[in-house]
Amino acid sequence: MALLPIVAEAEPLPEIDGGEVYKQGSVAQLVLRTFTRNKLAVVGVVIVVLMVLFCFVGPLFYHTDQVDTNIINSNDAPSGSHLLGTDNNGFDILGRLMKGGQSSIEIAFCVAIIATFIGVVYGAIAGYFGRYVDAVMMRVVDILLAIPVVFLFIFVSDIVTPSTWLLIAVLSGLSWLAPARLVRGETLSLRTREYVQAVKVMGGKSRRIVFRHIIPNAIGTIIVNATFQIADAILVLAVLQYLGFALPFPTATWGSMLSQGSTFLSDGYWWQVYPALVAIVLIVVAFNFIGDALRDSFEVRLQER
Amino acid sequence: MTGYIIRRLLQAVVVILGVTMIAFGMEHLLPGGIARAILGPRATQVAINVFDKQNGFDSPIWYQYWVWLDHLLHGNLGFSYKENRSVDSIIASDLPRDVMLVGTSLVLAVLIAIPIGVLQAVKRNQAFDYAGTATSFVLYSMPSYALGLILISVFAIEIKVFPSEAPQQSTVWGMLGHPVGIILPVITLTLVTYALFSRYMRSSAIDSLAQDYIKTARAKGLSERAVLWRHLLRNSLVPVTTLVGISLPAVFTAGLVLEYLFNFQGLGLQYFTAATDDDFPLMLGITVLVGTATVVGNLLADLTYAVLDPRVRY
Repeated sequence: MALLPIVAEAEPLPEIDGGEVYKQGSVAQLVLRTFTRNKLAVVGVVIVVLMVLFCFVGPLFYHTDQVDTNIINSNDAPSGSHLLGTDNNGFDILGRLMKGGQSSIEIAFCVAIIATFIGVVYGAIAGYFGRYVDAVMMRVVDILLAIPVVFLFIFVSDIVTPSTWLLIAVLSGLSWLAPARLVRGETLSLRTREYVQAVKVMGGKSRRIVFRHIIPNAIGTIIVNATFQIADAILVLAVLQYLGFALPFPTATWGSMLSQGSTFLSDGYWWQVYPALVAIVLIVVAFNFIGDALRDSFEVRLQER
Repeated sequence: MTGYIIRRLLQAVVVILGVTMIAFGMEHLLPGGIARAILGPRATQVAINVFDKQNGFDSPIWYQYWVWLDHLLHGNLGFSYKENRSVDSIIASDLPRDVMLVGTSLVLAVLIAIPIGVLQAVKRNQAFDYAGTATSFVLYSMPSYALGLILISVFAIEIKVFPSEAPQQSTVWGMLGHPVGIILPVITLTLVTYALFSRYMRSSAIDSLAQDYIKTARAKGLSERAVLWRHLLRNSLVPVTTLVGISLPAVFTAGLVLEYLFNFQGLGLQYFTAATDDDFPLMLGITVLVGTATVVGNLLADLTYAVLDPRVRY
């Protein structure tokens, strides 16, 4: 918290008729206040919390067998013993939903954190040093941006058998480009600020300026972007899983549930498709709500200053 | 202005070169080498050596890259051993269909997104605005194939209006002879692309409405409709070009997924089957093509932006 610029509290003036004194809080408090006033944001947070609980705590209460197939019970409609029915291999859909959620959420969070880390440092360095360093670094970003993630990942997974770590590595390796670009833009404008010049005059090294002044002041953009990254990562994962290039059978993933279930759409086995679909949409919408609200909250801070 | 164009062109060339380097590098990172990948895991070392010598894989890697690049610039994208055709012939036969799908969807998406965005900005915070935002939120949060699945289940299974598979004719003209099958893929891709554009269209339209020139136009006595049509719409076109350029990779990806879903014989599906067949030259060729298309698209978008907006000159 010491890294965030703090505005001092205004002292209450004694007995003034009329004007109230405007009490400012720290950046975090301001953002939180605006955030909680946004109804959609609160809904988003509630959804995310519920989904995390559902996916990670749910299996403790609802035991299902995700390893052994059970052909006798395959393609059962939702019933008392299988709350959301079973799929083609006899696996319980609800249990599969929970396990799939675990892997999606874990991977998405890891990707967002790693990608944001790399991207922020890369972008700040590029933006701060400018000129040739910036030009070269940004060309690298352009090159990697030109190849769609899915294309690249299909290629990679063709060479190496995918595992959770590989998924995280490749997805992070392609997701850091967006925060890099954003932070570079912010840095370009931030480095002209007076406090940066002041630190320079005082003899501060570039590394200090970048890490202690530029990056903390871009924290709004960074956090907003990180939130959207989680949503995007879940969507990309869903696509990769659907195409069959992510974790192999019998790992439960939402995308592969959709892929399996869709072959039975014409047979009317709706429970094999819609649960995973609703889960994906719900959690992505939730993160988008949160991201939008965060973006608005950080903008408010800028306005009130 | 010319300085900007030249600089932008040089950047694009550098990026395209970079893309080729990455694609080339990936092909040569295959475990066991490309010869083994093509000839199979049971090929003898002698066969591999012969293959290498025949195809020039025994020269130093930078020389291979140089030769490959030279071939590329002459339109020779390699040879697909699995399909026994040259890569360019495969791409040439699939590209027109792909252009039809992606092109139509892009154009339709823009045509829908601009008016809806403007309407949302005008009727800000009213029912229409909320409905529009909610719809595009949900559309945006779905994986592209999910929308396709829903449309299929409604329109192809419940109400049998459209078929769930795209027409399989080999030419665009042939496909247009069965328009019923094209409709679902195009509509799905359009909606997915619209979802990408809608958020920015709305906020850019809102920003534009607050501009001074709108106030001036109104003060001059222009009817609201004239203000919208003549000023707002035109000025909303400008950010659309950049938007289209940036979202090209996403559109191509969605195209790939939807081609898989609807069995639409395009480059995306071709890439997918190439991957399952381990057909690396073909995958390489398509990757280079997609990368180049993205770079060229961005280049065109930036240049169009500079032409349309005289303030952009740096």
